[in-house]
Amino acid sequence: MKLKQLEGLLGTLQQFSHPKVELEQYPTGPHIASRLLYTAENTFGDISGKVVADFGCGCGTLGLASALLGAEQVIGIDIDPQSLEIASINAADMELDIDFIWCDVNKLRWRDDVVDTVVMNPPFGTRKKGSDMEFLAKALKVASQAVYSLHKTTTRDYIKRTAIRDCNARSADILCELRFDVPQIYKFHKKKEVNIAVDLWRFVPYPTQESADS
Amino acid sequence: MRLLTHNMLSCNIKGVANGFPLRLEAEKWVEKEVELNADFLRHIFPKIEWKALAGAARAVGYCELPEEADAAMLDSEDFLRRFHHALLEIHVEEGALVCPETGRGFPITKGIPNMLLHEDEV
Ligand SMILES: C[S@@+](CC[C@H](N)C(=O)[O-])C[C@H]1O[C@@H](n2cnc3c(N)ncnc32)[C@H](O)[C@@H]1O
Repeated sequence: MKLKQLEGLLGTLQQFSHPKVELEQYPTGPHIASRLLYTAENTFGDISGKVVADFGCGCGTLGLASALLGAEQVIGIDIDPQSLEIASINAADMELDIDFIWCDVNKLRWRDDVVDTVVMNPPFGTRKKGSDMEFLAKALKVASQAVYSLHKTTTRDYIKRTAIRDCNARSADILCELRFDVPQIYKFHKKKEVNIAVDLWRFVPYPTQESADS
Repeated sequence: MRLLTHNMLSCNIKGVANGFPLRLEAEKWVEKEVELNADFLRHIFPKIEWKALAGAARAVGYCELPEEADAAMLDSEDFLRRFHHALLEIHVEEGALVCPETGRGFPITKGIPNMLLHEDEV
């Protein structure tokens, strides 16, 4: 599938109808979402034929993009049932079968390493401090291959340091810097800042003992 | 929810030590054909807890999986087909996942397991 085609399809998805501010619900736009998944697939081979988890899947954009690029199994997790409902409708509309779990990502208990790749646009932690790092720590624990995530550029050094020191990351690389449109209600510092700089990261976890598999 | 997802879920209640596998109580399920990808099956096989998969498959009336499996079986077309079917073609729509230690049930509604915890479980 071509990048433009993927972007076009993602543009047709239904998004949050009544976004919940406390959960930092805003969608990853089709431009960013398509580039994230396209890079994961075409540069790193982390999507097709893999088990992909979408943490905080919202209306399913990243998970559905993974399925469109040939992920064998996609699992979307969100704490908000209304979002999961919209995500299910989006999946049905696109005739894609993906699994959903209604759960708090931080309370997830999964067997490690069944999931190959985690894709996510975590809450930036403006509402609940540290929630982006909680998502990242969990993602690096369950993924056996790679984690793709978006984080505010202003936190770049902190993310790198913490991922490597505390979150089981073997490497943490920025693939590109993007501009992210965040609706006015999520203003970050009381300024009119609605377009913030974010980094697209690729993290690679250390293997855990059991995964003798390639 | 497919059985591959079931195979990685553990009960997430605080303090539970043996929360895997969750017992599957299936009331309604559907089967949907998916193209078989042998490379994927070989890749995932070592990560699967076979007994849990065979048990979950039985819960949805599929009894064609052997009790035990080893990697040598992956050379058999027939085995791959059964493994593929159990793992990826069965979708549990309604039912529950039950913690083997506490008996707490997590309902599955419209295919989505509700794994949210109550306040006294976190
Ligand atoms: C920034 S949105 C991203 C939505 C979607 N992944 C996308 O890219 O369009 C963050 C999502 O995380 C969910 N969320 C927030 N806290 C969560 C938690 N503790 N566990 C699971 N999901 C959570 C929100 O409901 C929301 O859907």
